Formats: sequence, C-alpha cells, structure tokens
Amino acid sequence: MSDKVLEIRNLKTCFDTRDGMVTAVDGVSLSLERTKCLGVVGESGSGKSVTFSSVMGLIRKPGFIAEGSIIFDGCELVGLDDTDYRALRGKEIAMTMQDALTALNPAYTVSNQLIEALMAHDDTLTGNKRSRSRQARQKAIKMMRLVGIPSAETRIDDYPHQFSGGMRQRIMIAIALACKPKLLIADEPTTALDVTIQAQVLELIGDIRAKLGMSVVLITHDLGVVAEYCDEVVVMYAGQVVETGPTWDVIENPQHPYTQGLLSSIPRLTNLSRRIEPICGLVPNLIDLPPQCRFLDRCPHSEAACKSIIAMRNSGPGRQVRCIQPVVEGNVND
Amino acid sequence: MSFGSFIERLAHLLPVLFGISVIVFVMTLLTPGDPVQIMLGDQHVTDELEQALRRDMGLDLPPQERFLKFLGNAIQGNFGLSFYHRQPVVDVIASRLPATIELSLVALLFALAVAIPLGVFAAVKKNSILDRIATVTSLFGVSLPGFWFGILLILFFAVNLRWLPVSGRAGFTSEVEPITHLLLLDSLLRGRLDAFWDALRHIILPAITLGLPVASILMRVTRASMLDVLDRDYITFAQAKGLTKTQVLFKHALKNALIPTVTVAALQTGALLGGNMVVETVFGWPGLGRLVVESIFVRNYPLIQAAVMLYAFTYVTLNFIADILYTILNPKVRL
Amino acid sequence: MTMAATNKHSLAAESIFRRNVRNFLSSKLSVFFLSIMIGFMLMAVFAPWIAPHDPNKPDLFRRLMPPVWLEGGDWYFPLGCDALGRDILSRIIYGSRISIFIGVVVILIATTIGVLAGLAAGYLRGWLDASFSRLVDILLGFPYLIFAIALIAMTGPGLHNIILAMVYREWVMPFRVVRGETLATSGSEYIEAAKAIGASRKNIMLREILPNILSPVLVVSTVRMAHVIILEASLSFLGLGVQPPTASWGSMVADGRSFMLGEWWLATFPGIAILLLVLSINVVSQGLRDAFDPRFHD
Repeated sequence: MSDKVLEIRNLKTCFDTRDGMVTAVDGVSLSLERTKCLGVVGESGSGKSVTFSSVMGLIRKPGFIAEGSIIFDGCELVGLDDTDYRALRGKEIAMTMQDALTALNPAYTVSNQLIEALMAHDDTLTGNKRSRSRQARQKAIKMMRLVGIPSAETRIDDYPHQFSGGMRQRIMIAIALACKPKLLIADEPTTALDVTIQAQVLELIGDIRAKLGMSVVLITHDLGVVAEYCDEVVVMYAGQVVETGPTWDVIENPQHPYTQGLLSSIPRLTNLSRRIEPICGLVPNLIDLPPQCRFLDRCPHSEAACKSIIAMRNSGPGRQVRCIQPVVEGNVND
Repeated sequence: MSFGSFIERLAHLLPVLFGISVIVFVMTLLTPGDPVQIMLGDQHVTDELEQALRRDMGLDLPPQERFLKFLGNAIQGNFGLSFYHRQPVVDVIASRLPATIELSLVALLFALAVAIPLGVFAAVKKNSILDRIATVTSLFGVSLPGFWFGILLILFFAVNLRWLPVSGRAGFTSEVEPITHLLLLDSLLRGRLDAFWDALRHIILPAITLGLPVASILMRVTRASMLDVLDRDYITFAQAKGLTKTQVLFKHALKNALIPTVTVAALQTGALLGGNMVVETVFGWPGLGRLVVESIFVRNYPLIQAAVMLYAFTYVTLNFIADILYTILNPKVRL
Repeated sequence: MTMAATNKHSLAAESIFRRNVRNFLSSKLSVFFLSIMIGFMLMAVFAPWIAPHDPNKPDLFRRLMPPVWLEGGDWYFPLGCDALGRDILSRIIYGSRISIFIGVVVILIATTIGVLAGLAAGYLRGWLDASFSRLVDILLGFPYLIFAIALIAMTGPGLHNIILAMVYREWVMPFRVVRGETLATSGSEYIEAAKAIGASRKNIMLREILPNILSPVLVVSTVRMAHVIILEASLSFLGLGVQPPTASWGSMVADGRSFMLGEWWLATFPGIAILLLVLSINVVSQGLRDAFDPRFHD
C-alpha cells in the first residue's frame, strides 16, 4: 500500500459549451500523502474546484474527463462506473461545499440529512431498518456534539435555515465525516464565514483529522488559511498547477511569479508603510488558449522564451514550479 | 404559520368577497327587463299580486337597501326561486353541484397524474426526444379549443370505436344510493363495481378534455421547477454523499420541485371551474356549468346570479388555500 | 447625472428591445409560426377578395356537400358545404375576421387601459394604487369564462358585447405587469436623475419607464390574445357570441356538431383553423419569452 492516499496524474477536464470547448483543468498533477493536509490555492477560474469535482466523479454534462488518471487509495477512479463510485462517495471520500445554506436541502431536517448519510454507508449499524435508523440517530447526535453544536439532541430536528452560518458549515462537516472517510475535500470551508468562526471550523477539521488519521484537501483562495493548517500547498492558475511544495517553503520562498504576486498583495500588519502590489490584468479566457505561459500577460519577469508551452520542473527538495525563470532571490517578507 | 399572519391574510380575503357580492348585485341591477315580468312569463296575474311580488322581492326599495336584503338573503342561502325549475335556486344548484365537483376533481387528478411524471422526466432528460415531445404536446394542450377536442374525442372513442359512452354521467342501471354524491366514490363505498366501472367510463372523456390545458401548464411548471432544482448545490451535495440516483431524484429533488406545481395547480382550479361550462355542454354532463348555460337562454337570472357568486367565492377561497399551502410547503417561507 | 445620461439609458432600453427582436427572429420555429399568424391576419383583412363565395349565401342544392377529395365533392367548394349549403372554406376565411378582429381589438383596448393604469398605479402609488389593486383582486375573483358569461347574460350576445365583456377582465394582466415593472424601476437612479432635472411626472412615465415595459407587455399581449381567441370561440360555440348568420369558427363547430356522425367536415375544419391560429400565437409568444429572457444572451 502506497503512502499516497490520492494521486492525480495529468488530469484534463473539459466543458463543451455553446461558446467553445473550455479546458477547465489542463494537465493537473498532484498527490497527497496519508494523514497530511494539502492546500490548493487559486482564484476563481483556476480550476481548483473542478479538479476535485472530477475526483468525486461529479462532473456533469457538458463537462467530461478527457484525459488523465485519478488514483485513490490504489484504485483508479477515472472510468469507474456509477455504482462503484457511489460506494466510495460519502464513505471513503467526502466533500464539503462552500455555502452550507445551499448545500443542505431546505426541505428536510438536519437529522434527516445526517441519518441519511449514515444509513447509506455505515456498516456498523445492525438489525432491521427501524433499529438501524435509531442507531443512526444516536450516532448523528454524537456527530453534532463532536462538531460543537450546542443542545444537539433538540436542535438536530431543526431545519438548516434555523442555524447560523458557522453552525451550518459544521453540520455539513458532520455529514461529510459521519462515515469516517479516508479523505476529506473541503471546498472553501471558510469563505462564507467571518474570521472568528473560520478559526473554529478549521480547528475542528484539524482535531478530527488528528483523531481519525484522515487526509484533508483544503481548497481555498486564502493563503493565510493555508499557512496555518496545511502541510503542503499546490498553487493553481488558469487550469494548471504552477507551483507545489511544503507550505512554509513556498510561503517563504515563492518561485512562481504568480505566487509571489499573491503573497505581496496581502496586507501585513507589520511594516505598514509597504505598498501593496496587486497583480495587474485578468485571468485569461480558457477557450482556445495559445501555447505559451498562461501568466505571460501579467508577469513582471516575462521574456521571449515564455511564449512556448512551459512544463513543471523540479526546483528544489519537494518543490516544483512551472516557470523557466531561475529561482528569484530575495524575500517577499521585507 | 403564525396565527397573526393567517388572520392578516383572512382579513384581506373578506373585502374581496364583499366586493364580489357588490359586483354580482350590480349585475342584477343592470339586467335588462323586469324581473317580475320575466318570472311570470306568460302568466296573467292581478295587479295586486304583481305589486305583492315586487314588494316581496324588494324591487321597490332603493338600491342600498336592496343590496342589504340581497346580502342578508345570500348569507342565509336564499337566492330566490328558480321559476323555471319551480324550486328554490339553492336546491337546484345543490342538486347539480356534485356532478361538477366530481368532474373537476377527476380532471385535476388526471392533470397531475400526467403532468408530474412527464415534467420530471422531461427535466431529467433535458433536450432529449421525450423532452421535445412533451413541450410540443403541452403547446398543443393549451391551443386546442376544448369544445372541439371534446367533440373529436366523442367521435373517435364513442362513435367509431364504441369503447366509451357518448354522453351523460351514468347509465340507467347504475343507480347507487348516494353518500357523498360523488358517483365514483359512492359506487365503491357501496361495493357496486359495475356502477363504478360505468361511472368511470362516462367520466373519462370529459375529464381528459377539461384537464388537458391544466395538464399542459402543470407540465411546463414542473419541468422548469425541476430543472431549477437539479442545478442546486444540495443536489450536488446529496450526490457527494454517495446516495443513489433514485434517492437524489425522488427524495431531494422532487419535494422542492413540486412546490410550484402544487401552488399553480390550486390556482388553475379557476380554469377548471370556468371550463366546466363548455365541457359539460359538449358531453351532456348534468352539472352546474351546463345549468348556467341553459339558464342564460331562458333568462333565469336568479340562478345565474347565485351560480356566479358560488363560482367566484369558491375560486377566491381556493386561491386563499393555495397561498396558505405555499407557505406551509416552503419551510423557508414560514411566516 | 446629466440629461445625456438619462437619454442614453432610455436609448439603451430601446436597443435591448431591438436586440431581443433580433434574437426572436433567429429562431426558425418562431418565424415560421409568426408567418402563419400573419397569414391569418392577411386572410382576415383580404377576406372579401380571397373567399371564393359569399359566406352567408345558402344553397339548398349543395347541402352537406363533402370536401373535394371525397365522393360527391367539387373543386369549387374544396372543403364542402354546411347544412345550409354555404361554402365552408369561405366561411372559414370570413370567420378569421371575427377571431382576429376580436383578438386584436380586445388586446389593444385592454393593453392600453392596463398600461396606463399600471403606470399610474406603479408610479403615483398611494390611494390610486390601493384602489386599483383592490379592484383587480375582486375582478380576478371571478373565473374568466364565468365573468364573460355573466356579462353577456346581462347585455345579450353580439360582437360589441363580447368585446366589452372580455376587456373588463383582460386589462388586468397588462396592468399587473406594468405596475410591477414601474414599481421596480421607479426607485432606480435614472428616474431620480430625471426628477432632478425637473422632468414632469407624465414625461418620466412616458419617456423613461415606457421603453422598459415594452418587452414584458408584448409577451403578455400575445399570450392573452391566444386566450381571447379561444374564449371567443367558446362563447360562440355556446351560442353566446356573434349571432348567425355571421360566420364564427366557434359557432360553425356548434352547428356542425349534430352532423359529426356523417358529415364530419362541418365541425372539423373550423376547429383546425382555431387550433392553427392559437397554436401559432402560442409558439410566437413562447419564442418572445425565450428571446427576451436575459439568460438567452449569455
């Protein structure tokens, strides 16, 4: 058994739209080791969410996986038929979404939605349907307590809209973790929340991860979150991975101009007189991309050689970057 | 929902009911001809009797007082005499009402039974052949003139194929002692399967004719609503939980998708009530609609007036119920 | 904001309308059925020149003559003759006059009333809006056909009475649409700007709000026209519409009903005419709805 719980190789996911073929994920490769936490950073349109929807097998028409391989726990997921996929979803791989209000069905109580997940996948429930349902309910209450919802036994029969944003996110996490999956994919778990709640939710994920030995993928655009909670980070731009490496290393020594730009556009409390440098320009249109570096139009260090297809290259211990520039000296943190 | 908002809605309903009464009353005033003359027809009566009749009907009172008398009578269920039937208007209407109610109910059931599965299927298989067929059929459904379609159905099924009866509500041998006055139910309750079958054969064609436009609209609504729901995040999340397609569709999607369908169905009952007249005439159905049409030709104004009031009140009440239903069904809109 | 800006905004609304029209014309289905609709309208206008015979002239020798493709038929009377020997094709052509005329007139009058009332109610609000809305609630309490029938029971059948009976209820739809749009837009900034320049209330209503409501009103009008035509046909079928000898498709079906066993053509062809016309209008209105839908533009 390899130590990698998830390995994505050259994944290419496209959408056949009215305006043309959009390649949302273009040759993405990344891997995650067991019990580790991987941060996936990028702005909207970078392909980070689509990558992991592909992992979950949730790409619907007009989208499709064109190439590549996704290996979860030694098992190839691309081309897997729906019945087998369903056995994995919710049980081995779980996913949470950005907005918990829209992710929870407004027409059913929280208990209904929690119990549903347990009844679908929990093998430890015994007996006939009614007794399994009762056991599931007990487990559901325990999960609610675990994620820190006060008065779980009474509140479990409430509807999603009766909870606050932070609690809804926790409920979604409870549902995702109900069957103790090996891998949790958390898509923007903190974006819709305010800062204090963000910290609580992330700590919760960290706690459960430690208890269950779970591996986590944190998809976010917030570098601060990544810095605090992730062991490794993958930076994505315009459907490609542009940089990978251990978090502390990437943050202290960013190698790709995009990552550098991201880090220097964060306001710092120390050194208040430093100017914030935004990254000028816009993300390119993903239809009919020219064969060149996708960051070309916004890169301060571009040159003629950048007008060709740039591949990922090793740039240090555990580091990879999609850029031909030699590692730029200098610290962003001055 | 909260009691307070319920009362609020009820309070909004009452002025509308009052306004309807006013309009119906005004219609009475504007009806041409002398009501007493029309009532008497060819009969000759003494002048005193005529005056007595006038006084009795309140025709000599000023309009406001006449209105109050009218309203007072109406609340007591007195809508005057139908001279044509030699009975109080209320009795005549009451005797024909069950037939109309039964027809409307069966038409509604038919509409729902056809529209919901078709709408769901069309949404799930969007842009497939079935979807296009469904859309075309629904366009035809609202464009077909009911009276013409009914005649064609009779021609085809009753005359050519002889599968179904030509008109009417039941054959002679299907007399059943009434409990609910709904033939289909009564015959089942009394264990008379032959009568049930007979009643069913009679009601099929008119119910389809009446229900087709409603089915078309409901199918469109269901399809649109289902498409909207299928795009929602909670459907993706349900799939991410590893639930089966059936669970996702029938448990998660359907409950939310049907809310608009149910509310529109309640609102469409107005179309059913209105369409009654035409369908009952075509199929010789002994209901209130046909009664109204007949009454127009014999200028039986008291009956028309009462029928119009009844229709309007029913319609408004049904809309009110639809409104309440919507807030109950939609947990987010709990007021 | 300047006068130029407010003008530009109403100009923008105008060009959106034009773009929507172009979208509509891009759908082959919509254009096809629009031409059928126009075909019927032309048929109605030019009836006296198109119809081969006098629609009201009876000829008992030709009683119940079958259509040309059946035995006993004649090219002179392609769709056969009715119980009084009148040419069915001519009666259908003339019948289109009734349907189109009533459809167009009712919708024109009702839309005008509805738009004016809606603008006033939505913009001026206050007691005007409240009374209109209350009136609308009450009028809408009557199922459609019932109301028309009740009015006709009072006033008697006939062309003018039907038109009035339908206008009484038809103005409500455009009223609601316009009122809704007016309420929504009257709070927006360009209206504020127009007010700031001192534009009169009437001016604001006509020049700023009106272009925005063109599209929804057009859509509503076509939808309602289809309803009106079916309603007129139903009323005529019941005997409450135009009176004989004038040919109306609805009354033709009623006349032909007793002959369905043998001479089916009396009732069938007028029904097909109604179906075709109403179907065309419905397809066109659906096409309009799709073309004007903002989602179409992405």
